[in-house]
Amino acid sequence: MTAIAFPVPRADILARRDEIIAGLARLVPHEALITSANECKAFETDAFTAYRRMPLAVVLPSSTEEVSAVLAYLSAQGVPVVPRGAGTSLCGGSTPQEDAVILGVSRLNRILEVDYPNRVVRVQAGVTNLGISNAVDADGFFYAPDPSSQLACTIAGNIGMNSGGAHCLKYGVTTNNLMGVRAVLLDGTVVDIGGAHCDAPGLDHLGLICGSEGQLAIVTEATVRILKKAEGARPVLFGFASAEAAGECVAAIIGAGIIPVAMEFMDKQAIAIVEDFAKAGYPLEAEALLIIEVEGSDTEMDDALARIVAIARRHGVETIRESKSAMETAAIWKGRKSAFGATGRIADYICMDGTVPTGQLAHVLRETDAIVKKYGLRVANVFHAGDGNMHPLILYNVNDPAEAAKAEAAGMDILRLCVDVGGCLTGEHGVGIEKRDLMPHQFAKADLDQQMAIRAVFDPAWLLNPAKVFPLEGRN
Amino acid sequence: MTGHSPTTEAGVIAAVAAARAAKTPLRIVGGGTRQTIGRPVAAPATLSLAGLTGITLYEPAEMVIGARAGTPLAEVEAALAEKGQMLPFEPVDHRGLLGTVGTPTIGTIAAGNLSGPRRISAGAARDSLIGVRFVNGKGEAIKAGGRVMKNVTGLDLVKLQSGAWGTLGPLTEVIFKVLPRPETARTLLIRGLDDARAVAALSAALTTPFEVSGAAHLPKGADSVTLMRIEGFAPSLAYRGAALAGLLRPYGAVETLEAAETATLWQGLAALSPLAGAGATLAVWRLSVRPSDGPATVAEIGRTVAIAGHYYDWGGGLVWLAVPAEGDGGAFAIRGAVAARGGHATLIHAPADLRAAVPVFHPEGEALGRLSEGLRRSVDPDRLFNPGLMG
Repeated sequence: MTAIAFPVPRADILARRDEIIAGLARLVPHEALITSANECKAFETDAFTAYRRMPLAVVLPSSTEEVSAVLAYLSAQGVPVVPRGAGTSLCGGSTPQEDAVILGVSRLNRILEVDYPNRVVRVQAGVTNLGISNAVDADGFFYAPDPSSQLACTIAGNIGMNSGGAHCLKYGVTTNNLMGVRAVLLDGTVVDIGGAHCDAPGLDHLGLICGSEGQLAIVTEATVRILKKAEGARPVLFGFASAEAAGECVAAIIGAGIIPVAMEFMDKQAIAIVEDFAKAGYPLEAEALLIIEVEGSDTEMDDALARIVAIARRHGVETIRESKSAMETAAIWKGRKSAFGATGRIADYICMDGTVPTGQLAHVLRETDAIVKKYGLRVANVFHAGDGNMHPLILYNVNDPAEAAKAEAAGMDILRLCVDVGGCLTGEHGVGIEKRDLMPHQFAKADLDQQMAIRAVFDPAWLLNPAKVFPLEGRN
Repeated sequence: MTGHSPTTEAGVIAAVAAARAAKTPLRIVGGGTRQTIGRPVAAPATLSLAGLTGITLYEPAEMVIGARAGTPLAEVEAALAEKGQMLPFEPVDHRGLLGTVGTPTIGTIAAGNLSGPRRISAGAARDSLIGVRFVNGKGEAIKAGGRVMKNVTGLDLVKLQSGAWGTLGPLTEVIFKVLPRPETARTLLIRGLDDARAVAALSAALTTPFEVSGAAHLPKGADSVTLMRIEGFAPSLAYRGAALAGLLRPYGAVETLEAAETATLWQGLAALSPLAGAGATLAVWRLSVRPSDGPATVAEIGRTVAIAGHYYDWGGGLVWLAVPAEGDGGAFAIRGAVAARGGHATLIHAPADLRAAVPVFHPEGEALGRLSEGLRRSVDPDRLFNPGLMG
């Protein structure tokens, strides 16, 4: 696939490669600088693997001071910088370009402060998402946002993309759980924003930087909210004869004042793929499946599940499986959690990430199916039903260029549909390079110009992650 | 003084275009109940948004509501209540403290990021705000965010607008995500704790899985009360109430206030009732600190400033502090005590001359100040909107 354009690498920078590498070598230890083609190859792409570019060099600083020195040097030299966490971006958020240096945060991996009385943890930005929860797990706490890649992805990347997860209906996404950052501006200036206290004293710089896809600053430390874990969690599995019935059931649960900690949806195709792999006992005859999880003490869970089951019965549920044990709970979740992996066994896929108003879910599922059929492909849907964040998996063969192009085109059609029904291009993955050229479908020119004017306050010369988010044409 | 009172977004755009042509800055007004918050603004014209009214979107099943900026907050809350829902962050009502009258608007709640007691569990106003429309200094209508609750498309100008107090342009429409109204609520109360012990009790309550949704301490010497609210379905509340009461026993006898008393109590706290009627002789500050630092911060300030009254919300992290409106209104001592620990202090209520003499909003420092200046120029090149309000 070569449909997405990259800026033409600047010949003057490529010509100065040796000089730039020598300059970096003066700023960081030998082991923090990667320049050989062999080793750089590990950084040529992220989880959006269809697009690859070799970077000019890779630098992996281990302190804020080193990040500052590197950024000050590269910005003075006019060299683009591509920030990178763990490289798990599904939208090409950390795809390199030939004239750019990758600045990775993986060596910034220390937990700096755990403060239980105030429920905050301060970490270096290369700590993984799950690393935060693991650090406080023994004391019964956790960090709430839980993207599927949480084992690998860094908090820096989570902040860059404002990542979500399966439990954000109740707990919010990264921006709602982030309290402060130490960040380095392009000229090397180090700024501290927020901390263990609430809210901004003036303009909400923290809210602006979160989700800015590495285009405004590089975060080196983060202070995040931790929460005490619930006493227990229990899922129930529902099978429905139609997506409409499942969607109405979700709406009715919310209407009854219940916010389950998770409400996951799978369509018939996804159920078949997952059941074949995980043998989780999912109902193969169901057109739609919901996994709804509640939290609390046994008394509270009994009460909440009784209310939810009663609502599901009123909406024609055909299969109900309540977990009665830890083993049953694991079995119910096993299918959902292996959905992407199981799909990967039968075909290559691209995962879309648009959000739609939940009232439009059934309509969008039907249209998605029609779009994908039009291109002669198949689609499986696994997504967070409570917040309308859809994840159609478009199945194709990566070794067939024509089919790959069709899959990409189908994905773009689906995202346009999400916007047209009142939603957006991306709910939690980010724009990256993948959805960059669709931005004018969601935003008017004045909207994008205003965003770019704000971006220019931080990076007027387009050096920080420059190929991403905003269409290459019409930049100011 | 020129007064613009548009009733449509197009009218707002026309007012901005006129202001730009005449190079006359605009004082933006919502319901007019918070005009004394911020530094006095020297603007020869006002732009009232009170005529931009009406709920534009309400989908209870999607937990989302949108309204034009001048819509009375009460109208939005009534519409939500009718469907058993609410704004999660329990908006603050400043009228009692500031001695103002009028009708608070939903737009100012968004522009000021005005969160009440439930902020401790449900997040701030800015966390619930998912979409805005505003008019920039070039007279262009700008859309940011939208009506879906998960949206990471482009820069998050929604957050940037919340807490900008109109200095990044008048909001014309705001969209919030909402929550179901809890079936019932109760408050656990402990009497007689000093500040430090009270904040420790609040921390003990907040570091449980029992979802404490309000955590305040009202010091009145031996008559002090420490308050913890839980909300939800009745069976869950019975369980959590008993568990929490057991856990809090080391701090003192735990009393329980039932739903009606609980509602009145926390409504009062959302209206800043402990410091209502502060009048012209007192300056009232709002301090945001690490919760466990709250009592020590107040004690340090008390060594050089005569504290006329104070109380804690947000588990101790939000301190409301009244001092005599004399000299610098305590600014030097208060900002020094906060800066030593991390946090910020805003002068919410003071006579105009005091608000002109000391920074009302906490100074941002050189680097962030430069970014804020750049951000304002990028949205409002001619500095038309509430110039100087935030310093």
